[in-house]
Amino acid sequence: MASLKDVKSKIGGVKKTAQITKAMNMVAAAKLRGAQQKMEDFRSYAEKFNAAMGNLSSAMDSGAFPLMEKREVKNVEILVVTSDRGLCGSFNAHIMKMAEKLIASLEAEGKKVSLVCVGKKGASYFRKTGKIRARYTDLMGTFQMFNARTIAQDIAGNFLSGDSDEVRIVYGKFKSVAVQRPAEQMFLPIQPDTVAATEAVSSSAGAYIYEPSTEEIMEVLLPLYMNVMVYHAMLEVSASEHAARMSAMDNATNACKDIIHSLTLIYNKARQAGITAELMDIVGGAEALK
Amino acid sequence: MAEKLKLEVVTPKGAVVSKEVDIVTAPGYGGEFGVLANHAPFLSTIKIGVLTYKTGTQEETLMVSGGFCEVSNNKLTFLVESAERGTDIDVERAMRAKERAEKRLAEAQAQKEKMDRTRAEAALQRAMSRLRVAERQKPS
Repeated sequence: MASLKDVKSKIGGVKKTAQITKAMNMVAAAKLRGAQQKMEDFRSYAEKFNAAMGNLSSAMDSGAFPLMEKREVKNVEILVVTSDRGLCGSFNAHIMKMAEKLIASLEAEGKKVSLVCVGKKGASYFRKTGKIRARYTDLMGTFQMFNARTIAQDIAGNFLSGDSDEVRIVYGKFKSVAVQRPAEQMFLPIQPDTVAATEAVSSSAGAYIYEPSTEEIMEVLLPLYMNVMVYHAMLEVSASEHAARMSAMDNATNACKDIIHSLTLIYNKARQAGITAELMDIVGGAEALK
Repeated sequence: MAEKLKLEVVTPKGAVVSKEVDIVTAPGYGGEFGVLANHAPFLSTIKIGVLTYKTGTQEETLMVSGGFCEVSNNKLTFLVESAERGTDIDVERAMRAKERAEKRLAEAQAQKEKMDRTRAEAALQRAMSRLRVAERQKPS
């Protein structure tokens, strides 16, 4: 049996761990609130954007744009969005597993896969595969549209130069505070039907006056649309990350409490055993003196 | 002016303006354009510049950067990357940004770097629009 002192110091250690996990839980909760707020703010923008895109793409034929062009798929690029930090349960592991599965199935079809990693976790996980074309880390905290634009431009450039024929996103979707799921989405070529599907185009809206021409507006809108998609994925991942960390840290705090409870039992038992032994000694000594 | 327009300015960081107004002037692709009530459905890209809207005699201005706007059924929606009110603008910073952009522009022109030039031009336009908005805010 462990000595009294050992058990006591162990209880102290576990208590400190519990303090840390509790603090991390609260920090994650506060950050989650911020991230959720940002998602909410962004939602109205994204919705209006999609509506306008739907109106526009229904008004014109979409084959004419390089960003929408469907080619024979030989090279696939996957944008993997993960968090920068760990200690958030299996959140990142799920995303990575999904990405890995996707890579395996694409390679089985004889396609070449390259990766663009957003977030440290994904970047370090896939580093050894040698498939990473570009990595963007330490962006999650700041949330600038600017970051999303850099990434979107990079991917678009690669797509337009013909180095990739298809781009997909793998990221963590925020369902609720308790549930986050990895999700996969087609990114490029941009498909007008997925865009238009979000909005039933009312014919009563009538013909719009476009300034400049629809084609030129599309030229501006398509890159913007990519920004919106990337930014959206980043927001989702960040909210999911904090939610996942919150529940992971909650679990950890509870586990700490359980350990403290059982350790305290052991401690008390050992203490009692010690007292009993001492009493026996005294009684034995007194007996011997008689 | 009985009929009003519903103006909404939305950025990725949330809605900046959402109110009933009489007239809106915005920096469109082909130059400034104005929108009154019962405008025909209209869609245009927006350049960096100054957005002005009037309700009665009260006039307000915003600095907007690139995006687009949609007009239909007396609803005017601006989707822009950023929008700032005059009161939020740091005049000194905008001044410094303007000088910096001018310098960079001159350098880029000397070296014929197209990338740098467009970027410097955009920065200059942003700085100048900010200053214009801040200036108009003052007298009121």
